[in-house]
Amino acid sequence: MRTIAEQSDALDARRVSAVELAEQALSRIDAAQPSINAFISIDRDGALQAARQADAARIEGRAQALTGIPIAHKDVLMTAGLRTTCASRMLESFVAPYDAHVVARLREAGTVLVGKTNMDEFAMGSSSENSYFGAVRNPWNPGCVAGGSSGGSAAAVAAGLVAACTGTDTGGSIRQPAALSGICGLKPTYGVCSRYGLVAFASSLDTPGPLAHDARGCALMLNAMAGHDARDSTSLDRPPTDYTRDLAAPTGPRPLDGVRIGLPSQYFGEGVDDDVARAVDAALAELRKLGAVTVDIELPAVRYSVPVYYVIAPAEASSNLSRFDGVRYGHRAARYTDLDDMYGKTRAEGFGAEVKRRILVGTYVLSHGYYDAYYLKAQQVRRLIADDFVRAYASCDVIAGPTTPTAAFACGAKTGDPVQMYLNDIFTVAANLTGMPAMSIPCGFGANGLPIGLQLQGNYFDEARLLQVAHRFQQATDWHRRIPAASEA
Amino acid sequence: MSLSTADIERLAKLARIDIDADEARDVRDKLDAILGLVNQLQAIDTTGVTPMAHAQDVMLPLRDDVVTEADRHVDYQRGAPAVADGLYLVPKVIE
Amino acid sequence: MTPNKHASDTWEVVIGIETHTQLSTASKIFSGAPTGFGAPPNTQASAVDLALPGVLPVLNRGAVERAIRFGLAVGGAINRRSVFARKNYFYPDLPKGYQISQYEIPVVKGGTVTIATENGERTVRLTRAHLEEDAGKSLHEGLPDSIGEVTGIDLNRAGTPLLEIVSEPDLRSSAEAVAYAKTLHALVVWIGICDGNMQEGSFRCDANVSVRRPGAPLGTRCEIKNLNSFRFLQQAIDYEVRRQIEWIEDGGTVVQETRLYDSARNETRSMRNKEDAQDYRYFPDPDLPPLTIDDGWVQRVLTELPELPDALRARLTMEHGLGAYDAAQLTASRALYDYYDLTVKLLPAEDAASRKLVANWVLGEVAAALNRTDASIAEAPVQPAELAGLLRRIADQSLSGKMAKDVFDALWAREASGAGAADAIIVQRGLRQISDAGAIDRLVDDVVAANPATVAEFRAGKEKAFNALVGQVMKASQGKANPAQVNAALRRKLAG
Repeated sequence: MRTIAEQSDALDARRVSAVELAEQALSRIDAAQPSINAFISIDRDGALQAARQADAARIEGRAQALTGIPIAHKDVLMTAGLRTTCASRMLESFVAPYDAHVVARLREAGTVLVGKTNMDEFAMGSSSENSYFGAVRNPWNPGCVAGGSSGGSAAAVAAGLVAACTGTDTGGSIRQPAALSGICGLKPTYGVCSRYGLVAFASSLDTPGPLAHDARGCALMLNAMAGHDARDSTSLDRPPTDYTRDLAAPTGPRPLDGVRIGLPSQYFGEGVDDDVARAVDAALAELRKLGAVTVDIELPAVRYSVPVYYVIAPAEASSNLSRFDGVRYGHRAARYTDLDDMYGKTRAEGFGAEVKRRILVGTYVLSHGYYDAYYLKAQQVRRLIADDFVRAYASCDVIAGPTTPTAAFACGAKTGDPVQMYLNDIFTVAANLTGMPAMSIPCGFGANGLPIGLQLQGNYFDEARLLQVAHRFQQATDWHRRIPAASEA
Repeated sequence: MSLSTADIERLAKLARIDIDADEARDVRDKLDAILGLVNQLQAIDTTGVTPMAHAQDVMLPLRDDVVTEADRHVDYQRGAPAVADGLYLVPKVIE
Repeated sequence: MTPNKHASDTWEVVIGIETHTQLSTASKIFSGAPTGFGAPPNTQASAVDLALPGVLPVLNRGAVERAIRFGLAVGGAINRRSVFARKNYFYPDLPKGYQISQYEIPVVKGGTVTIATENGERTVRLTRAHLEEDAGKSLHEGLPDSIGEVTGIDLNRAGTPLLEIVSEPDLRSSAEAVAYAKTLHALVVWIGICDGNMQEGSFRCDANVSVRRPGAPLGTRCEIKNLNSFRFLQQAIDYEVRRQIEWIEDGGTVVQETRLYDSARNETRSMRNKEDAQDYRYFPDPDLPPLTIDDGWVQRVLTELPELPDALRARLTMEHGLGAYDAAQLTASRALYDYYDLTVKLLPAEDAASRKLVANWVLGEVAAALNRTDASIAEAPVQPAELAGLLRRIADQSLSGKMAKDVFDALWAREASGAGAADAIIVQRGLRQISDAGAIDRLVDDVVAANPATVAEFRAGKEKAFNALVGQVMKASQGKANPAQVNAALRRKLAG
């Protein structure tokens, strides 16, 4: 009973209760903590209480699709009454006084919150090694990273601890760890999920989204998470969508007939490991078998995605993280002589090295004399990238390619060289810059047994189509059903 | 273009983050590398291109002018670093 | 500081004023917390105002409405699209570490304010007006001794909507600066966007001051911050002008800096350089898409805009025959004008005589009583209904001028209220003026008969004797006889 659908069926058939599911999840989590370190906080009492309520709801005939399903939230989302740390010493003891919007909606949908998952500090990273609470390990090989920044969420799903998690994606932080961990992760269109209660990293890029075993799981989670929130001025007010609607449609032998898959030359050149290229090619072949046609497209400006991202994201982050000053909450240095000393020590002690680096880069690109050359320039190139994608969608429905250039790398392999680390994001950041939806689905393994992800991107508000393509692929393949040896359960 | 330690010190001051000399050197090297990555953008011609500050062209929603928040200062100040008589305390600021 | 020993006409003073007006909304600009003054610390600071992790701003429609109203009232342009930007700096009363303001594209551009100076009217141009949020407050005194050298931070004020109004450097003296500030103050209160309470910080001015030789380019300016009274504004500018002139004449160069005014010592002091080293790193706030204001909204605000003081004054003098002084006095505040206007409307004839009568009483007895009892117009025991009731009886001659004053005092003491209050008092005290011709004649006859010596004196040419006789008639009638009629009757009697 790994997937949401399997657990939900079992609950409906009374083969298991929500309390039992929660107990099982909690004990698996405890067992896996020493080797994977996917969790920062575990809420046993809260989980069991929610599970009891879910069982009661089911008996009273009020069960919804997610009622009684244990899930976990990335520790960058506020969860009322529970510690919310962003994997930082700055918020090590901070208890959230309110629920993030997506957290509240998932509670209303009947999910059972078991705990908060580990991540890169303040969502800045691609490996979940930048955590005050220790790195997350890949369930497929604990000597390797699980990806980041939603590494804990990805590992928790991959290791079978919970059927689904929330994550957040600013430059690929849902999709990249999903790819490295062999599961599905979806970044919806910017504005579809409210950012209220998501501790801000880069406000114009941050997007909450689901991680699950399969497209159906992601769709069910998204149904609960999506929706307008008046407390977020960038939240979109659109008619509600049922993201599972295209998953049940009757199909023939060629269910993807008429779907045009764009293949940018920029995604299939140098810099991609052979393993990854092979797995992606095989996946494309499978998609063609299902009736899709592939179309060559060009995204000339996309090669500037990473530099654009590494101007905009740190700039916004440097401003967003100014509120962590030791005055009203969070860490404050124990000794200081005056106000500036208090600020300086508090922030030096509270933030890890990568966070400090990004704040300084952000401060630089916004500073007097550099704003035009860096920040303004980056926002202009961002427009060029977006224009490329909009143009491309005239000739295709979905854009495909590898999610990452390599499979999971060894812990510590890239921590010495930030630029090397940043290049992990080379295929993912564009979707954050444009705001368009994108997802990663497992499509194979490398020679070392580590998972490889296929990225599917779509035009604004085309999540349902992405999920449909992913679902049809998953009906014909079984990459999404593979289980890491260490976590057969 | 390379950053000097003075540049790093200025940035650290603006960002209110204490860094010592070793850290400053390490940060400078890493920042140089990052800016090397970022400087690629200078070569692109962006004449007449409107900057993209938001993912989509949406209008700013407006809130009606009504009070919707009750006093929750007890909750919010629980766990605050230094509070007395409802005030947050910081080292004395001389104006 | 030695007094300025140099002739002031060798120097020209250039002043620009930036005014922060707190907008009179019920809730904050970006959160739903209340905005009232004086609540216990941090009881009016919501999660958004405290900058808790994960919170986001949502703009208050009422703040925008007031900004539009201001822009239209000064004849400025309303930018149909304006942008909120972050101004980044660290200070304990600024919870986010940045202030949400407007930088490159403000909501209002241009506009003018007309001020009265000793040399006549002058037009002061406005550069712009923009929306931003207020910061919290730092308390340096009154903290428990036990906690040592600390500053207490109260964030109740954080997030209060501000309209920052920036004038061009068109002002040429501290007197002009004060006239501008007072006119602007009266305007923002008049149009109902700000309560104008300077003690509570609703209206705060910064003055940018520089000096130059006539014809020379602009000198280096210093900014004097947070002047919250007109008197301090004047004194601070005067000091700063003297300081700069003396400095230059002694061979120095003025350094551009921010200064604070110390009212106890009557001097300006340089702030600790922190302001000057600031790099605010402005950038458009990614949490707030651009503000769009459509023509419909602007039109609606325009039609709802009250008649402005200038236009009203012109109408009062030209159409209603009031003198310039009276017109200016009556338009000093909306409340006072409304009081006057309502009283006029309650009189049977809205003609020039009625208006003059009302104006005299409002600016005379009513104003004096308000002053004496330190009351506001709203609190006055005599409201338009009561006053109109009183003035009717003056107009229809049933009450003499002196009696009217007594009745007014009784009304102010709340002996009666409502439209019939004056009548009630008149009846109760038997104050009705005697204007019956027969009664007057009888009184006159009696007095003439009883004062033959005085009559003879009058007949001999002593005009003063006439007044004495009038006085006797008034006394005999306990002051109730209509003086004009007494005069006429006595003249007739004595002529015959």
